[in-house]
Amino acid sequence: MTPLRISIVGVVASALLILIVLELIRGRRLKERYALLWLATGVVLLVLSAWREALNTIAGWLGVTGYPPAVLFAVATLFILLVLLHYSTVLSKLTDENVELAQRIALLEERVSRVLSESRGPG
Amino acid sequence: MTASLGRIVAVVPAFDESEVIGKVVDEIRAFDPDIDVVVVDDASTDDTAAVADSHGAIVLRLPHNVGIGGAVQTGFKFALAEGYDTAVRLDGDGQHDAAELGKLLAPLERREADLVIGSRFVDPDGTYRPPLARRIGIRVFARLVSTLGGQRVTDTTSGYLALDRVGIELFAAEYPHDYPEVEATLVALRSGLSLAQVQVRMRERETGSSSITFLRSLYYVAKVTLALLVASLRRYPRLETARR
Repeated sequence: MTPLRISIVGVVASALLILIVLELIRGRRLKERYALLWLATGVVLLVLSAWREALNTIAGWLGVTGYPPAVLFAVATLFILLVLLHYSTVLSKLTDENVELAQRIALLEERVSRVLSESRGPG
Repeated sequence: MTASLGRIVAVVPAFDESEVIGKVVDEIRAFDPDIDVVVVDDASTDDTAAVADSHGAIVLRLPHNVGIGGAVQTGFKFALAEGYDTAVRLDGDGQHDAAELGKLLAPLERREADLVIGSRFVDPDGTYRPPLARRIGIRVFARLVSTLGGQRVTDTTSGYLALDRVGIELFAAEYPHDYPEVEATLVALRSGLSLAQVQVRMRERETGSSSITFLRSLYYVAKVTLALLVASLRRYPRLETARR
Protein backbone atom coordinates (compact mmCIF):
# COMPACT_ATOMS: atom_id res chain seq x y z
CA MET A 1 0.00 0.00 0.00
CA THR A 2 1.15 3.55 -0.75
CA PRO A 3 1.99 5.48 2.41
CA LEU A 4 -0.51 8.34 2.89
CA ARG A 5 2.31 10.83 3.40
CA ILE A 6 3.70 10.09 -0.08
CA SER A 7 0.27 10.62 -1.64
CA ILE A 8 -0.06 13.99 0.09
CA VAL A 9 3.41 15.09 -0.98
CA GLY A 10 2.65 13.91 -4.53
CA VAL A 11 -0.61 15.85 -4.68
CA VAL A 12 0.95 19.02 -3.31
CA ALA A 13 3.99 18.82 -5.60
CA SER A 14 2.01 18.16 -8.79
CA ALA A 15 -0.57 20.84 -7.96
CA LEU A 16 2.30 23.25 -7.40
CA LEU A 17 3.78 22.29 -10.78
CA ILE A 18 0.45 23.00 -12.52
CA LEU A 19 0.06 26.36 -10.77
CA ILE A 20 3.63 27.43 -11.57
CA VAL A 21 3.21 26.50 -15.25
CA LEU A 22 -0.08 28.44 -15.47
CA GLU A 23 1.48 31.47 -13.80
CA LEU A 24 4.45 31.34 -16.19
CA ILE A 25 2.08 31.36 -19.18
CA ARG A 26 0.06 34.20 -17.68
CA GLY A 27 3.23 36.22 -17.23
CA ARG A 28 4.21 35.45 -20.85
CA ARG A 29 7.39 33.70 -19.77
CA LEU A 30 6.21 30.38 -21.21
CA LYS A 31 4.43 29.75 -24.50
CA GLU A 32 1.39 27.47 -24.56
CA ARG A 33 3.17 25.28 -27.10
CA TYR A 34 5.87 24.40 -24.57
CA ALA A 35 3.56 24.32 -21.57
CA LEU A 36 1.21 21.57 -22.73
CA LEU A 37 3.63 18.73 -21.97
CA TRP A 38 4.38 20.15 -18.52
CA LEU A 39 0.67 20.46 -17.79
CA ALA A 40 0.11 16.87 -18.90
CA THR A 41 2.92 15.82 -16.55
CA GLY A 42 1.33 17.71 -13.68
CA VAL A 43 -2.15 16.33 -14.31
CA VAL A 44 -1.01 12.69 -14.65
CA LEU A 45 1.07 12.90 -11.48
CA LEU A 46 -1.78 14.62 -9.65
CA VAL A 47 -4.23 11.89 -10.62
CA LEU A 48 -1.84 9.06 -9.72
CA SER A 49 -1.01 10.69 -6.37
CA ALA A 50 -4.57 11.41 -5.39
CA TRP A 51 -6.17 8.21 -6.68
CA ARG A 52 -4.34 5.73 -4.51
CA GLU A 53 -6.21 2.62 -5.68
CA ALA A 54 -5.30 3.37 -9.31
CA LEU A 55 -1.64 3.63 -8.39
CA ASN A 56 -1.83 0.31 -6.56
CA THR A 57 -3.63 -1.33 -9.49
CA ILE A 58 -1.08 -0.09 -12.01
CA ALA A 59 1.72 -1.21 -9.71
CA GLY A 60 0.07 -4.64 -9.65
CA TRP A 61 -0.05 -4.78 -13.46
CA LEU A 62 3.62 -3.88 -13.67
CA GLY A 63 4.58 -6.43 -11.04
CA VAL A 64 5.68 -3.77 -8.58
CA THR A 65 4.48 -5.57 -5.49
CA GLY A 66 6.64 -4.15 -2.74
CA TYR A 67 6.38 -0.42 -3.10
CA PRO A 68 3.65 1.14 -5.34
CA PRO A 69 5.04 4.74 -5.16
CA ALA A 70 7.92 3.49 -7.32
CA VAL A 71 5.40 3.68 -10.18
CA LEU A 72 4.94 7.36 -9.41
CA PHE A 73 8.67 7.95 -9.78
CA ALA A 74 8.78 5.88 -12.96
CA VAL A 75 5.94 7.88 -14.53
CA ALA A 76 7.53 11.17 -13.47
CA THR A 77 10.84 10.08 -14.99
CA LEU A 78 9.13 9.06 -18.22
CA PHE A 79 7.46 12.44 -18.57
CA ILE A 80 10.67 14.31 -17.79
CA LEU A 81 12.38 12.30 -20.52
CA LEU A 82 9.60 13.23 -22.94
CA VAL A 83 9.91 16.91 -22.08
CA LEU A 84 13.69 16.79 -22.50
CA LEU A 85 13.43 14.99 -25.83
CA HIS A 86 10.88 17.55 -27.01
CA TYR A 87 13.21 20.36 -25.98
CA SER A 88 16.10 18.76 -27.85
CA THR A 89 14.09 18.84 -31.07
CA VAL A 90 13.06 22.45 -30.41
CA LEU A 91 16.68 23.38 -29.72
CA SER A 92 17.82 21.77 -32.95
CA LYS A 93 15.24 23.71 -34.94
CA LEU A 94 16.20 26.96 -33.21
CA THR A 95 19.88 26.33 -34.00
CA ASP A 96 19.12 25.95 -37.70
CA GLU A 97 16.90 29.02 -37.72
CA ASN A 98 19.50 31.06 -35.90
CA VAL A 99 22.15 30.25 -38.48
CA GLU A 100 19.70 31.10 -41.25
CA LEU A 101 18.95 34.46 -39.61
CA ALA A 102 22.63 35.33 -39.23
CA GLN A 103 23.25 34.47 -42.89
CA ARG A 104 20.29 36.55 -44.04
CA ILE A 105 21.52 39.54 -42.01
CA ALA A 106 25.02 39.22 -43.44
CA LEU A 107 23.63 39.23 -47.00
CA LEU A 108 21.28 42.13 -46.20
CA GLU A 109 24.05 44.24 -44.66
CA GLU A 110 26.20 43.77 -47.71
CA ARG A 111 23.29 44.66 -49.98
CA VAL A 112 22.28 47.73 -47.96
CA SER A 113 25.82 49.10 -47.91
CA ARG A 114 26.14 48.50 -51.66
CA VAL A 115 22.81 50.26 -52.38
CA LEU A 116 23.79 53.14 -50.08
CA SER A 117 27.18 53.64 -51.73
CA GLU A 118 25.59 53.44 -55.19
CA SER A 119 22.99 56.06 -54.29
CA ARG A 120 25.69 58.39 -53.01
CA GLY A 121 27.25 58.11 -56.43
CA PRO A 122 30.82 57.30 -57.39
CA GLY A 123 33.50 59.13 -55.47
CA MET B 1 -15.80 55.21 -50.99
CA THR B 2 -12.72 54.49 -48.92
CA ALA B 3 -11.47 58.06 -48.54
CA SER B 4 -12.25 58.37 -44.81
CA LEU B 5 -10.28 55.21 -44.07
CA GLY B 6 -6.96 56.84 -44.93
CA ARG B 7 -4.21 54.66 -46.30
CA ILE B 8 -5.20 51.00 -46.46
CA VAL B 9 -2.93 47.99 -46.48
CA ALA B 10 -3.99 44.43 -47.24
CA VAL B 11 -1.96 41.86 -45.33
CA VAL B 12 -1.85 38.49 -47.09
CA PRO B 13 0.04 35.65 -45.37
CA ALA B 14 1.10 32.98 -47.84
CA PHE B 15 2.88 29.67 -47.67
CA ASP B 16 3.41 27.77 -50.93
CA GLU B 17 0.57 29.50 -52.75
CA SER B 18 2.30 30.32 -56.04
CA GLU B 19 -0.67 29.00 -58.03
CA VAL B 20 -3.25 31.34 -56.53
CA ILE B 21 -1.34 34.23 -54.93
CA GLY B 22 -1.27 36.20 -58.18
CA LYS B 23 -5.04 36.03 -58.48
CA VAL B 24 -5.47 37.00 -54.80
CA VAL B 25 -3.30 40.11 -55.31
CA ASP B 26 -5.09 41.01 -58.57
CA GLU B 27 -8.53 40.74 -56.95
CA ILE B 28 -7.58 43.05 -54.09
CA ARG B 29 -6.19 45.59 -56.54
CA ALA B 30 -9.29 45.22 -58.67
CA PHE B 31 -11.45 46.03 -55.63
CA ASP B 32 -9.45 49.19 -54.97
CA PRO B 33 -6.18 49.99 -56.75
CA ASP B 34 -5.19 52.36 -53.92
CA ILE B 35 -4.90 49.52 -51.42
CA ASP B 36 -1.29 48.47 -50.92
CA VAL B 37 -1.04 44.70 -50.93
CA VAL B 38 1.58 43.19 -48.64
CA VAL B 39 2.22 39.49 -49.14
CA VAL B 40 4.03 37.93 -46.20
CA ASP B 41 5.84 34.90 -47.57
CA ASP B 42 6.25 32.46 -44.70
CA ALA B 43 9.39 30.83 -46.14
CA SER B 44 7.60 29.16 -49.04
CA THR B 45 9.43 26.44 -50.91
CA ASP B 46 7.89 27.50 -54.23
CA ASP B 47 8.05 30.88 -56.01
CA THR B 48 5.17 32.50 -54.09
CA ALA B 49 7.29 35.60 -53.40
CA ALA B 50 8.30 36.09 -57.04
CA VAL B 51 4.73 35.67 -58.29
CA ALA B 52 3.37 38.12 -55.70
CA ASP B 53 6.08 40.60 -56.62
CA SER B 54 5.30 40.34 -60.34
CA HIS B 55 1.65 41.10 -59.59
CA GLY B 56 2.62 44.33 -57.88
CA ALA B 57 2.54 43.32 -54.23
CA ILE B 58 4.98 44.46 -51.60
CA VAL B 59 6.61 41.21 -50.48
CA LEU B 60 7.96 40.53 -47.01
CA ARG B 61 9.99 37.33 -47.04
CA LEU B 62 10.44 35.56 -43.74
CA PRO B 63 13.77 33.73 -43.43
CA HIS B 64 12.13 30.66 -41.96
CA ASN B 65 8.62 29.42 -41.36
CA VAL B 66 7.13 31.23 -38.37
CA GLY B 67 3.55 30.01 -38.62
CA ILE B 68 0.44 31.82 -39.77
CA GLY B 69 0.15 34.10 -36.70
CA GLY B 70 3.76 35.22 -36.84
CA ALA B 71 3.42 35.87 -40.57
CA VAL B 72 0.25 37.93 -40.18
CA GLN B 73 1.79 39.90 -37.34
CA THR B 74 4.76 40.75 -39.59
CA GLY B 75 2.23 42.44 -41.87
CA PHE B 76 0.65 44.35 -38.97
CA LYS B 77 4.11 45.49 -37.83
CA PHE B 78 4.75 46.72 -41.36
CA ALA B 79 1.40 48.55 -41.29
CA LEU B 80 2.29 50.17 -37.97
CA ALA B 81 5.80 51.17 -39.03
CA GLU B 82 4.65 52.58 -42.37
CA GLY B 83 1.81 54.56 -40.82
CA TYR B 84 -1.22 52.90 -42.42
CA ASP B 85 -4.60 53.90 -40.99
CA THR B 86 -6.48 50.74 -41.90
CA ALA B 87 -5.45 47.14 -42.42
CA VAL B 88 -7.33 44.19 -43.85
CA ARG B 89 -6.15 40.62 -43.71
CA LEU B 90 -6.96 37.96 -46.29
CA ASP B 91 -5.62 34.46 -46.64
CA GLY B 92 -3.17 33.77 -49.43
CA ASP B 93 -5.04 30.66 -50.55
CA GLY B 94 -7.89 32.59 -52.13
CA GLN B 95 -10.64 31.49 -49.75
CA HIS B 96 -11.40 35.11 -48.81
CA ASP B 97 -13.15 36.88 -51.66
CA ALA B 98 -11.77 40.41 -52.10
CA ALA B 99 -15.13 41.45 -53.56
CA GLU B 100 -16.43 41.27 -49.97
CA LEU B 101 -13.91 43.84 -48.70
CA GLY B 102 -16.49 46.63 -48.93
CA LYS B 103 -18.60 44.89 -46.28
CA LEU B 104 -15.62 44.59 -43.95
CA LEU B 105 -14.58 48.20 -44.36
CA ALA B 106 -18.07 49.71 -43.98
CA PRO B 107 -18.20 49.53 -40.12
CA LEU B 108 -14.72 51.07 -39.92
CA GLU B 109 -15.77 53.85 -42.25
CA ARG B 110 -18.78 54.62 -40.04
CA ARG B 111 -16.44 54.49 -37.03
CA GLU B 112 -18.58 51.84 -35.38
CA ALA B 113 -15.81 49.34 -34.80
CA ASP B 114 -12.06 48.91 -34.44
CA LEU B 115 -12.09 45.31 -35.56
CA VAL B 116 -14.42 43.84 -38.17
CA ILE B 117 -14.53 40.10 -38.60
CA GLY B 118 -15.85 38.48 -41.73
CA SER B 119 -18.03 35.79 -40.25
CA ARG B 120 -19.63 32.81 -41.92
CA PHE B 121 -22.34 32.59 -39.28
CA VAL B 122 -23.83 36.04 -38.65
CA ASP B 123 -26.61 35.37 -41.07
CA PRO B 124 -25.97 31.86 -42.33
CA ASP B 125 -27.20 31.26 -45.83
CA GLY B 126 -26.46 27.57 -45.63
CA THR B 127 -23.68 27.62 -48.19
CA TYR B 128 -20.93 26.99 -45.66
CA ARG B 129 -21.17 23.51 -44.13
CA PRO B 130 -17.93 22.45 -42.47
CA PRO B 131 -17.49 18.87 -41.26
CA LEU B 132 -19.26 18.08 -37.98
CA ALA B 133 -16.15 18.03 -35.75
CA ARG B 134 -15.05 21.35 -37.12
CA ARG B 135 -18.52 22.84 -36.75
CA ILE B 136 -18.62 21.81 -33.09
CA GLY B 137 -15.14 23.28 -32.54
CA ILE B 138 -16.11 26.59 -34.13
CA ARG B 139 -19.31 26.70 -32.07
CA VAL B 140 -17.58 25.87 -28.77
CA PHE B 141 -14.79 28.41 -29.24
CA ALA B 142 -17.30 31.08 -30.28
CA ARG B 143 -19.28 30.42 -27.10
CA LEU B 144 -16.13 30.47 -24.95
CA VAL B 145 -14.85 33.74 -26.43
CA SER B 146 -18.31 35.30 -26.11
CA THR B 147 -18.45 34.39 -22.43
CA LEU B 148 -14.90 35.38 -21.57
CA GLY B 149 -14.93 38.52 -23.73
CA GLY B 150 -18.38 39.77 -22.84
CA GLN B 151 -19.65 40.18 -26.39
CA ARG B 152 -21.34 37.71 -28.68
CA VAL B 153 -18.98 36.43 -31.35
CA THR B 154 -20.22 34.07 -34.03
CA ASP B 155 -17.06 33.05 -35.88
CA THR B 156 -13.78 33.22 -34.00
CA THR B 157 -11.88 31.04 -36.43
CA SER B 158 -12.27 33.38 -39.39
CA GLY B 159 -9.07 34.99 -40.60
CA TYR B 160 -10.88 37.53 -42.78
CA LEU B 161 -10.77 40.82 -40.88
CA ALA B 162 -10.31 44.58 -41.00
CA LEU B 163 -8.63 46.81 -38.40
CA ASP B 164 -8.40 50.50 -37.67
CA ARG B 165 -5.22 52.11 -36.33
CA VAL B 166 -5.98 51.06 -32.74
CA GLY B 167 -6.39 47.48 -33.89
CA ILE B 168 -3.17 47.61 -35.92
CA GLU B 169 -1.28 48.86 -32.85
CA LEU B 170 -2.73 46.11 -30.66
CA PHE B 171 -2.06 43.24 -33.05
CA ALA B 172 1.39 44.55 -34.01
CA ALA B 173 2.29 44.30 -30.32
CA GLU B 174 0.37 41.18 -29.44
CA TYR B 175 -0.67 38.38 -31.75
CA PRO B 176 -0.41 34.63 -31.09
CA HIS B 177 2.07 32.82 -33.30
CA ASP B 178 0.21 29.63 -34.07
CA TYR B 179 -3.54 29.17 -34.58
CA PRO B 180 -4.03 32.84 -33.70
CA GLU B 181 -7.58 33.78 -34.65
CA VAL B 182 -9.55 32.64 -31.60
CA GLU B 183 -7.17 34.03 -29.00
CA ALA B 184 -6.64 37.28 -30.92
CA THR B 185 -10.40 37.90 -30.90
CA LEU B 186 -10.50 37.53 -27.12
CA VAL B 187 -7.43 39.77 -26.66
CA ALA B 188 -9.14 42.44 -28.78
CA LEU B 189 -12.33 42.25 -26.72
CA ARG B 190 -10.48 42.36 -23.41
CA SER B 191 -8.46 45.35 -24.62
CA GLY B 192 -11.69 47.24 -25.14
CA LEU B 193 -11.81 47.21 -28.93
CA SER B 194 -15.27 47.33 -30.35
CA LEU B 195 -15.99 44.45 -32.62
CA ALA B 196 -18.32 44.20 -35.58
CA GLN B 197 -19.15 41.09 -37.51
CA VAL B 198 -20.34 41.00 -41.07
CA GLN B 199 -21.56 38.06 -43.07
CA VAL B 200 -19.16 37.04 -45.80
CA ARG B 201 -19.06 34.25 -48.29
CA MET B 202 -15.96 32.13 -48.27
CA ARG B 203 -14.73 30.03 -51.13
CA GLU B 204 -13.51 26.51 -50.99
CA ARG B 205 -9.75 26.26 -51.00
CA GLU B 206 -8.49 26.29 -54.56
CA THR B 207 -5.24 24.44 -54.02
CA GLY B 208 -3.36 22.82 -51.17
CA SER B 209 -4.99 21.65 -48.00
CA SER B 210 -6.13 23.31 -44.81
CA SER B 211 -3.34 23.78 -42.29
CA ILE B 212 -5.48 21.95 -39.75
CA THR B 213 -5.06 18.21 -40.28
CA PHE B 214 -6.68 15.64 -38.06
CA LEU B 215 -3.51 14.96 -36.08
CA ARG B 216 -2.90 18.62 -35.43
CA SER B 217 -6.44 19.28 -34.33
CA LEU B 218 -5.73 17.80 -30.91
CA TYR B 219 -2.88 20.24 -30.40
CA TYR B 220 -5.09 23.00 -31.82
CA VAL B 221 -7.89 22.41 -29.31
CA ALA B 222 -5.52 22.05 -26.34
CA LYS B 223 -3.44 25.09 -27.25
CA VAL B 224 -6.36 27.38 -27.99
CA THR B 225 -8.32 26.33 -24.90
CA LEU B 226 -5.29 26.88 -22.67
CA ALA B 227 -4.54 30.22 -24.33
CA LEU B 228 -8.13 31.41 -23.87
CA LEU B 229 -8.24 30.46 -20.21
CA VAL B 230 -4.89 32.11 -19.50
CA ALA B 231 -5.81 35.19 -21.54
CA SER B 232 -8.90 35.61 -19.40
CA LEU B 233 -6.68 35.59 -16.28
CA ARG B 234 -4.43 38.31 -17.69
CA ARG B 235 -5.07 41.98 -17.32
CA TYR B 236 -5.10 43.93 -20.55
CA PRO B 237 -4.76 47.72 -20.67
CA ARG B 238 -7.99 49.23 -22.01
CA LEU B 239 -7.12 51.00 -25.22
CA GLU B 240 -8.48 54.38 -26.23
CA THR B 241 -10.86 53.48 -28.99
CA ALA B 242 -12.73 55.97 -31.09
CA ARG B 243 -16.06 54.33 -30.38
CA ARG B 244 -16.40 54.74 -26.62
